[in-house]
Amino acid sequence: MNNVVTINIVRFIVLVLLQSLVLNNINFLGYINPYIYILFIILFPVKNNRMLFIFLSFLLGLIVDLFLDSGGVHAAACVTIAYVRPLILKFSFGMIYEHQTIKFGNMEFGQRLSYFSIITLIHHLILFSLEIFNTSKILLTLSKTLFSGIFTVLLCLLITVLFSSRRK
Amino acid sequence: MQQIINFLIRNKNFLLFLLLFCLSLFFTIQSHSYHKSKFINSANFLTGGIYESVNNINQYFNLKEENTKLLEENNRLKSILFNEKNELKENFSLDSSLANQFKLTPAKVYKNSFSATNNYLTINKGKRDSIEEDFGVITSKGIVGIIDNTSKKYARVLSILNSNSRVNAQLKSSNHFGSLRWDGESPQIVQLVDIPKQAQIKVGDSVITGGLSTIFPKGIPIGSVVSFELDQTKNYYNVEVSLFNDMTSVGHVYVIKNRDAAEISKLNDLNE
Repeated sequence: MNNVVTINIVRFIVLVLLQSLVLNNINFLGYINPYIYILFIILFPVKNNRMLFIFLSFLLGLIVDLFLDSGGVHAAACVTIAYVRPLILKFSFGMIYEHQTIKFGNMEFGQRLSYFSIITLIHHLILFSLEIFNTSKILLTLSKTLFSGIFTVLLCLLITVLFSSRRK
Repeated sequence: MQQIINFLIRNKNFLLFLLLFCLSLFFTIQSHSYHKSKFINSANFLTGGIYESVNNINQYFNLKEENTKLLEENNRLKSILFNEKNELKENFSLDSSLANQFKLTPAKVYKNSFSATNNYLTINKGKRDSIEEDFGVITSKGIVGIIDNTSKKYARVLSILNSNSRVNAQLKSSNHFGSLRWDGESPQIVQLVDIPKQAQIKVGDSVITGGLSTIFPKGIPIGSVVSFELDQTKNYYNVEVSLFNDMTSVGHVYVIKNRDAAEISKLNDLNE
């Protein structure tokens, strides 16, 4: 139990620093940045205190906002995906989620891909529509969502594959 | 009463979500209005401190580029000094009050962004160095933005690459002025709007700051005209301006203090 708490605290800090100091300076093709700090929300233990989880996600978003000077857009997007995560888990993993025994490292690739992409899509859509805040620029919003989303999903999958501990 | 409490307990997750979501929406909306985003900005001791320590490492990678920029600026200043000595002296002696009107403070950029629709920079000078809100920020090549928030050691700059930014600008060749804003797309191109259609615009014309605002002195270079067209009302030009300043690499900047700003704005308030 203690181990899980430490891992999550370390993950929180590392992801925030990685996001604000490295990944936000990528600016691939001018505006495409991956937002991989949501990996904290994606990989948070399934058996959890839901209120704590939602609050932690809010905190994560707010700290990223502090670094990026973006008001509250990251916080809003994070709170939303934290709230709807159980639904997405149920949709992507089906029965296994009911038994509460999900180990993200051991899941099938297709299921993991759909889970990651749905969460990323929701997060980025809220993020960019709040950031741009202008209905006449809906095309820009959608294209940013799509391209950054692809980048984020790819990086998230890579990181989970690299750092998954396969002790069998 | 019992039922209300039961309802609250049953829906506590949803209520918490709603509360936090509204809170973040509140922060978002606040950040869209100039001067109001007091809580969430990177000019505080935590984020400022972290950016500072990272910048201490990062600056070594840009040394070459910074040296070239300094050399260029030195070159430009020397050529003014040698070639136009007499002219310069005359100008300043005629109007010595103007020379003292603006005070420049050098500063270093700790954080710069240009990919979002609302971009900000963080610099390493704050209230301690008597930097306040509404001071202009420039580099040797052109304008960067306006100070919008200060803490003790750091200040946040509202970049010209921000959809809330409005800077008074004019064409160098004629005195027709308009307002400079950004549409959120390319970090090299900004838009100059409300130029009256009587103005003679040519592609390649220089755009400089106008003297109408109290923030920037008149005549600081901004960029050159790339293209222009009449807007829907057919009375004003919308001009695309390519910036002289490369906003994607800003290292050292100068903060401009207008000593007469308070006096001028007091006069303007009398009119209203």
